[in-house]
Amino acid sequence: MIDLSINCAGIKSPNPFWLASAPPSNSAYQNCKAFEQGWGGTVWKTIGEPVMNVFNRYGGLDYNGQKIFGLNNIELISDRPIEINLKEIAETKKLWSDRAVIVSLMVESKRETWHEIVKRTIDTGCDGIELNYGCPHGMSERGMGAVVGQVPEYCQMITEWVTEISTIPVLVKLTPNVSNIQLPARAAKSAGAHGISLINTINSIIGINLDTFELKPNVGGLGGHGGYAGPAVKPIALHLLSQVAIDPEVNLPISGIGGISNWRDALEFILLGASSVQVCTAVMHHGFRIVEDMIEGMSNWMESKGFSSLDQVRGKSLSRINDFGNFDLLNKTIARIDQSKCIHCNLCYIACEDAAHQCIDLTPVNGHNKTEVREKDCVGCALCSLVCPVDNCISMVRIDDGSASKTWNQLTEEFRKSGKPMTWENLAEFQHKHGIEIH
Amino acid sequence: MKNIAPKLPVEQYEKNFAELHPPFTRNSAVIEANRCLYCYDSPCMKACPTHIDISTFIKKISTGNLLGSAKTIFQSNWVALTCAKACPVKVLCEGACVYNAKDEKPIEIGRLQRFVIDNYFAKGMPTLFQKAEKNGKTIGIVGSGPAGLACGAELALLGYDVTIYESSDIPGGLNTWGIAPYKMRREDSLKEVELVKSFGVEIKTGIMIGKTIQVDELLKKHDALFLGVGLGESPQLSLPGEELSGVIGALEFIEKVKTENWKNVQVGKKVAVIGAGNTSIDAATESKRLGAEQVFIVYRRSNVEMSAYDFEYDLAKKDGIVFHFLTSPKKIIGDSFVEGVECLKMKLGEPDIKGKRKPVPIAGSEFILPVDMVIKAIGQETKSSFLNSISGLTIDDEGCVVVDQVSYQTTNPKIFAGGDCINGGKEVVNAAYDGKRAAHGIDAYIMKK
Repeated sequence: MIDLSINCAGIKSPNPFWLASAPPSNSAYQNCKAFEQGWGGTVWKTIGEPVMNVFNRYGGLDYNGQKIFGLNNIELISDRPIEINLKEIAETKKLWSDRAVIVSLMVESKRETWHEIVKRTIDTGCDGIELNYGCPHGMSERGMGAVVGQVPEYCQMITEWVTEISTIPVLVKLTPNVSNIQLPARAAKSAGAHGISLINTINSIIGINLDTFELKPNVGGLGGHGGYAGPAVKPIALHLLSQVAIDPEVNLPISGIGGISNWRDALEFILLGASSVQVCTAVMHHGFRIVEDMIEGMSNWMESKGFSSLDQVRGKSLSRINDFGNFDLLNKTIARIDQSKCIHCNLCYIACEDAAHQCIDLTPVNGHNKTEVREKDCVGCALCSLVCPVDNCISMVRIDDGSASKTWNQLTEEFRKSGKPMTWENLAEFQHKHGIEIH
Repeated sequence: MKNIAPKLPVEQYEKNFAELHPPFTRNSAVIEANRCLYCYDSPCMKACPTHIDISTFIKKISTGNLLGSAKTIFQSNWVALTCAKACPVKVLCEGACVYNAKDEKPIEIGRLQRFVIDNYFAKGMPTLFQKAEKNGKTIGIVGSGPAGLACGAELALLGYDVTIYESSDIPGGLNTWGIAPYKMRREDSLKEVELVKSFGVEIKTGIMIGKTIQVDELLKKHDALFLGVGLGESPQLSLPGEELSGVIGALEFIEKVKTENWKNVQVGKKVAVIGAGNTSIDAATESKRLGAEQVFIVYRRSNVEMSAYDFEYDLAKKDGIVFHFLTSPKKIIGDSFVEGVECLKMKLGEPDIKGKRKPVPIAGSEFILPVDMVIKAIGQETKSSFLNSISGLTIDDEGCVVVDQVSYQTTNPKIFAGGDCINGGKEVVNAAYDGKRAAHGIDAYIMKK
């Protein structure tokens, strides 16, 4: 039996799929509907200060006909009165005791204000609190959201105001709009936070209308930066997640967020250390119903891999994260094209010719072009295999010529010991010795 | 005719002759364009006889650069709308699409090309090409079909004064008169004529060369001549009863249909089409769509040997056309009107010199196919008597004008030729290519003088 249940910083849910604090988790109606369809938890859309939204608030990034590859927004925190939100949170939790209900908070930077809202939030019976230090637009101009997340000292101070009175777990949600994500994460840790959520949205201008010169989204002729989310941000989120997950000074449970659209994306976050995952854009695109495939797909994957619990999966890829200096310079690979699978689109040829190392030859054979890798010149960059539209047609093959492994760090250390400076000539000598010719 | 098929309601005709392949919407075109892999040196481009840079024009659809896309297409092909609608894409570009090798649906290149060209005409033919300075030379073109139009367009842009002589009152040749209406309407062909005229090409219609004006006069008047005269009438079946009322040539019939005065085209209740090429299929399906109750295709050999494309055969079967394979017409029966065709069953014997298995009659297998109309669709005759009258031309055994493969120059150095009159009857796209290449042959010839 596959068990998808998780415990993220003391917050338990029957599966790792939570709605992120965002438009889909705005109301009791929406959160209850999501639970009915199987979502394991929700982070209630941020409640706090009085706000008023503009009408037009989203901008979509389409790519090659694919809608909403990215989505940005200038929507604010919940624009419904706090009393209504608190009442609905309490009702929802009462109806769905087995699901995780986390409430996202953002108020002005005053200790009493924070104390008050934390108490009122705990009174709803919810399972946890998420501190919104990430929202990059609208609120940050008022001294809240991302401006807190960007200054570790503020992050620490406000988190302390919460943790000093909270009786339930506190997650700190971080903004990606920083140069080192580990610093605010460490601040949250030393302030007693129980977990980290990341990432919030990325500062962005999603596009310009080429007919009107207006920004997207266009608000009566004006526009500005918004928060970027959706499938396009996933690689950035995975990186920032990994940075926090490997930091021994943080060592906190993490709720992963950023472009998660399906169970595959979710597993990547979990493999890099996330305990739960939060989803927004995919729901905004297709509705709550996507969770059925997420649960089923993840269970089937676990079964096929012989896992019974997500504890066995979490963080499994973290040990592979390392520095460039520790990568093996002599781990040779080259591209091989399976001629029986080739459909003669020649995309590998033009990519290699114009953008890589000019080592694929195009020879006319029977009215089409035969693409063949000149193996002695192939540097194994893998670009050809990435552009190839046919599965398993171009494979990157490991060439084991008996060379021992050698990392850059080892090489520079060797050079240092033997008194050789790191010059192009000395490097070429090393390369030549191992049959590597760079031209 | 003895039994004329009753007229149909007007809406029914329009329904019957509605386009087989409806246009893309902008959105669906972009989706299809995005499916294109943008192959390098792509197989579709090689498969197109005019070598349109297909993946480039499709890429431009996906970025919304529709004028640039039209330019890419016209750079290779001046009758791109006709080709988009009438080309046998399944055996040309779409048949070569790499998706076929992946067992996936090939890109709908024909429909995408049509989308681009439709848009270009809808935008009022914005200028895409700069004309060279006038060079003071003048070229005469005989025939305004695809070869003549392509040659004329190309020469006009190179700076030549071009006059096209057309025997019909309406230009465009077989693009205008010979394509089934459910594939393409006459007005589309005329848009392409307008495009060529916009480059300064003059088209004189109603001019019969050899009657209205002699070839020698044209040779005096122009620095060079291009012959894009196509082919002639449907040949005689040479069967008894061929003179009966109700016997008609396929092209003559199709031309009547192309007037789009559906009600004025008489069709028998029962129709026999003799021959099984692509024109036979057109004639058969058009008869059916005009209201004929039963339409038969009578062919001496089997479906393996017939020259109709598979997709044309499929279309005919969908239209309920009945095929009598291995059946040879012996005589057409009737007093003054056609009443039937006496046929003879055949079997296939040894292959002939062309490799086609020869049909051999089965003795005593005669039967009568009762029909009211017989459409002769066994090809087109060459215009050999006209061509033979032109001094210096060489005409081969098939009746085709012999030209140099590169320059399209005939054995009369001042005369060039292309299209059906040199190949005996191929696709529009082949004629478009010939005309364009011949223009450069003419240019090289004139510039060398």
